[in-house]
Amino acid sequence: MLERLLSNDMPRSRILAALLLVLLLGLAFAPFVFPGVKALNVAAKVLIFIVLVASFDLLLGYTGIVSFAHTMFFGIGAYGIAIACTRMGATWEALLVGLVGALGLSFLLALVIGLFSLRVRAIFFAMITLAVASAFLTLASQLSTLTGGEDGLTFRLPEILTPSYEFFEDEILGVMIDGRLASYYLLFALSLVLLLTLLRIVNSPFGRVLQAIRENEFRAEAIGYRVVVYRTISSILSALFACMAGAMLALWLRYNGPDTSMSFEIMMDVLLIVVIGGMGTMYGAAIGATLFMIAQSYLQDLLRLGSEAAASLPWLSALLSPQRWLLWLGVLFVLSVYYFPTGVVGRLRLRSALRQSGGGK
Amino acid sequence: MKNTDFDWKPVALVPLLALLVFPLIGSTSTWLTLTVAGLAMGLIVFVIASGLTLVFGLMDVLNFGHGLFIALGAFMATTVLGSMTDWTQSDQLWRNMVAVFPAMLVAMAVAGAVGLAFERFIVKPVYGQHLKQILITMGGMIIGEELIKVIWGPQQIPLPLPMAMRGSILIGDAAIEKYRLLAVVVGLLVFGALVWTLNRTKIGLLIRAGVQDREMVESLGYRIRRLFVGVFVMGSALAGLGGVMWGLYQQTVTPQMGAQVNVLIFIVIIIGGLGSTAGALIGALLVGLMANYTGFLAPKVALFSNIALMAAILLWRPQGVYPVTNR
Repeated sequence: MLERLLSNDMPRSRILAALLLVLLLGLAFAPFVFPGVKALNVAAKVLIFIVLVASFDLLLGYTGIVSFAHTMFFGIGAYGIAIACTRMGATWEALLVGLVGALGLSFLLALVIGLFSLRVRAIFFAMITLAVASAFLTLASQLSTLTGGEDGLTFRLPEILTPSYEFFEDEILGVMIDGRLASYYLLFALSLVLLLTLLRIVNSPFGRVLQAIRENEFRAEAIGYRVVVYRTISSILSALFACMAGAMLALWLRYNGPDTSMSFEIMMDVLLIVVIGGMGTMYGAAIGATLFMIAQSYLQDLLRLGSEAAASLPWLSALLSPQRWLLWLGVLFVLSVYYFPTGVVGRLRLRSALRQSGGGK
Repeated sequence: MKNTDFDWKPVALVPLLALLVFPLIGSTSTWLTLTVAGLAMGLIVFVIASGLTLVFGLMDVLNFGHGLFIALGAFMATTVLGSMTDWTQSDQLWRNMVAVFPAMLVAMAVAGAVGLAFERFIVKPVYGQHLKQILITMGGMIIGEELIKVIWGPQQIPLPLPMAMRGSILIGDAAIEKYRLLAVVVGLLVFGALVWTLNRTKIGLLIRAGVQDREMVESLGYRIRRLFVGVFVMGSALAGLGGVMWGLYQQTVTPQMGAQVNVLIFIVIIIGGLGSTAGALIGALLVGLMANYTGFLAPKVALFSNIALMAAILLWRPQGVYPVTNR
């Protein structure tokens, strides 16, 4: 049963399995275990980023191509929901129309970009996606009648999903069961289903072909797989999942603007999470996203402390200022690509594999 | 050109584009203004892009951190020019030149030196691994951008043109900004120097041979590795020079400018064919012209004009206008 659910891709490491279990339980009971608005926000962001990062890993870790347009699809998903809800009012139909529209647009864009750039060489893809994504970001802030420009869009959701809607009169386990909680569990279910679907995709025969292409493009082509077709399908799938993650973000925030979903910083975060969590493992996305989201606030606090401590040395203080946390993330990123290329999950799996072979089992 | 089978079609694209939009713009003087402005912008972009395309052609290294050197050059220019206000405020051209020239030299030297370190610590360990190169150089770019913010601050800094370079010259009815003329001169000088070095010197011969067949050059006993470091440093220095020009052209510099220009030069070298110098020139001129024409005709689509241009070129020649054959 469990093997089927995980598509025969077991964690293969006791520590990893324990971590994943803790993560699953923690997210499932987050509203009850960690009370407070901020904690719930962090948990929801983890759920969204798990999907976003896992979809990026399909591209980077499994297919071996780098895209810088991933946040573009993330943004399209978020804008789809935001625009539809602003125009059509707070109905379920609006959500559906927005989602389907966004998925359609993502599909078309990913197809066109893929056909243009993957036809020749994979390296084109990185450059072309960068160019298209930056143009799209500017477009999103320019088309202010549709997207609300730099200010973005604030919109209303169907009543069941709003904080003012209460299911019961009384608190249960000390927590009010309101619409906010309903949206959280909607995100939780979506995130779980999408992650398991991605796991299914990468462990299917199709996923094996993607990995073959990553390892040796020429040989994969020689065996008879059309590399271009597989790469394009992979980039389309990844775009669709990113689009879903964007829709989840819009559902949670009830707001969307260019910086919340499309900015280059998010792209950098996603890259970092994939590398830290472990490229080519879906579990890496889950572990990485959680670590990153916790570190994001923690690291800034730490830097603030460091900056205050180093106040006597102005240049050191400037280096450690909380606004410069991207600098330290960048350093971490470069170091982890060099010394830590398989990420947390890769390390854990390697460790348990070594131990098993050493133990003679 | 000695070789008779030189491919003229891409070269013809530049005048073709200029002539095609002429009826759309209508007035000759406006067209002339825009064309000169476009060519000037194209030449600045070429100065920046040339280093990147050479590095890619020679060593198969795609440097996403190239934009860093552009920003670095521009910020050095603010520092140098800012400390020479006596000279830049003067309305005599030669005194302005005395200020701008050292700014360019300092920017090139600093960008070159940082390029040397960048090659050693960021790029060297990942030769031959495209995926890691993209990730690592991108990381290097982020670090560099943040360090620029630490040194010069995160806000945008004005970079005013020296006095005598402001304003425009009237040729007939066409107003041509003086600075753009300077940009054309510098751009042509750089292009001339590059072409001369590549085609007429022994180092150029080795570089071209290295782009064609790296192993063969190595087996003849030349250390292509040293050659490559030289090209990388030179490319970074050119990016620094281009950064000064670009900063003066925009008249403000921001820490993010490197990333913005990066997008532009990627489009240029994709159009040109990765690794081709002549292609980079054509791509840069096309992009410069296109940006100015669409900026005038339809500012809303100006964003996508470059991408549309790139898509059109790739439909015609999927590897860029001058494909580098061995890759």
